[in-house]
Amino acid sequence: MTRRGLPASDLRELYQEVILDHNRRPRNFRAIEGASRHAEGYNPLCGDRLSLYLKVEDAVIKDASFQGSGCAISKASASMMTDSVKGKTLSEARGMFEQFRQMVTGNADPLAHPERLGKLAVFEGVRNYPARVKCASLAWHTLRSAIDAKDEVVSTETE
Amino acid sequence: MTSIAAPSQVGFNVRWIREDFPILRQTVHGKPLVYLDNAATAQKPRAVLDALMAYYSEDNANVHRGVHLLSERATQAFEDARATVQRFINAASAREIVFTRNATEGINLVAQTFGRARLGPGDEVVISAMEHHSNIVPWQMVCEEKGASLRVIPITDEGALQIEEYERLLGSHTRLVSIVHLSNVLGTINPVRQMIAMAHRRGVPVLIDGSQATHHMAVDVQALDADFYVFTGHKLYGPTGIGVLYGKERLLDEMPPYQGGGDMISSVTFEKTTYNVLPYKFEAGTPNIAGAVGLAAAVDYITAIGMDRITAHERELLAYGTAALSGVPGLTLIGTAPEKASVLSFVMDGVHSHDIGTVVDQEGVAIRTGHHCAQPLMQRLGIPATARASLALYNTREEIDALVAALHKVRELFT
Repeated sequence: MTRRGLPASDLRELYQEVILDHNRRPRNFRAIEGASRHAEGYNPLCGDRLSLYLKVEDAVIKDASFQGSGCAISKASASMMTDSVKGKTLSEARGMFEQFRQMVTGNADPLAHPERLGKLAVFEGVRNYPARVKCASLAWHTLRSAIDAKDEVVSTETE
Repeated sequence: MTSIAAPSQVGFNVRWIREDFPILRQTVHGKPLVYLDNAATAQKPRAVLDALMAYYSEDNANVHRGVHLLSERATQAFEDARATVQRFINAASAREIVFTRNATEGINLVAQTFGRARLGPGDEVVISAMEHHSNIVPWQMVCEEKGASLRVIPITDEGALQIEEYERLLGSHTRLVSIVHLSNVLGTINPVRQMIAMAHRRGVPVLIDGSQATHHMAVDVQALDADFYVFTGHKLYGPTGIGVLYGKERLLDEMPPYQGGGDMISSVTFEKTTYNVLPYKFEAGTPNIAGAVGLAAAVDYITAIGMDRITAHERELLAYGTAALSGVPGLTLIGTAPEKASVLSFVMDGVHSHDIGTVVDQEGVAIRTGHHCAQPLMQRLGIPATARASLALYNTREEIDALVAALHKVRELFT
């Protein structure tokens, strides 16, 4: 898909108000004392780093948080992701990772199953900005790494 | 505000220049293209496009092989290109001009031949804190293999090299100094002539990475007394895939070949191969003939305009851009060394450089964002990334104004 010639107003499709709000005031922006899962994410293309913390009990994510530096898309994505996986089972969170990935890479229509991603559907516009897909998915790749309890740093370039 | 049609104070009509670059005529996202990513790669004048087309339409053949007419013409064009490059950087001989794929390959060539032959355990290679990865990694690789180590000249907060620290780093273990001429992130012009003289007093040869320098300022390798000087064609308004390694003939002669193959030999038997003379010893396989022809056309193009006028135009634009960007609230320029050229790197409070890049792109303005292949420099500066506008001879004050207007939109969106 090409964006050639689209008017500049389309920028709001990427930078939706909800995204800008989470960028300004990221939720769950902290470390979790005694986190049961921890993973590091890294995007070598832009140098963004993200630490993700999970508190998991009986295969349910009781708490999720993150720290790090990044662009508005990656920060808002981490903020909204940590909000939305709280209370989910590890298996449900894995499913959300897959749906989110398909949405931002343009392989799925989020409106077909709006209940699955809920508010996260605001990231749909990312699919029109190929250079920014990795910004949106960094937190999710890191989440999957934390769920799978891998110790290595997950990179957006290893897929 | 001056009109785009008005010749600038330095007596060079940028409107005419722009007409030489077909790609600049387009709109992106409905806005006129403002191309400010020249440090990544420059656009190509019609003279270069025509030279490529003419070479492939009329002269194409392999070089140094055939007795037929086209091969003679292709060989002539290729060797003429070498002579053009020789004059451009004032090398003493065309034998000192080795065509490579790019500047990176030039550095790797020196690291893998000169470096491997000269480095041993405990030896040191001196580089600087502002090097591109291409002037770090090749030395790390050969140092690791030979038990040698890298020493790094620190920089000031403004982005200038600390020359007194450089003096201290030069020691009995130093085997080579490899320094960037003009920083791709900071725009700093390093005092390479002085630095080469300092190294030579200790008998240490110096490689200069001129990737960002050759199209912004006159370079005279003999006046600098550089032992090696590398640069690339595509930043100099030429094609991609062609670069140059200059080396002093005495040094190149002593060096073993880089790659083996055709063209780099004078005779081959299964028992023994005799290597070809300079520069062919370092040019294994069919070279990028059209690339060399295109590079020569680019050199002819900028030579006809005059490097002093290009430098003056860009200096004026840099001063204008520095003042204009300084007026954007929350913007901090990165790289404010007294001697600098062509590069405006910056960060904005509360806005990541990728978001800056995406927003200004929607306004038609192409800039680079990220770490610019200089991660150690980013760590030294304590920032993850910068946004970078980089200038070329065809840029205008109006384009700087378009960037500044787009940056105000960035502020609106994110604050």
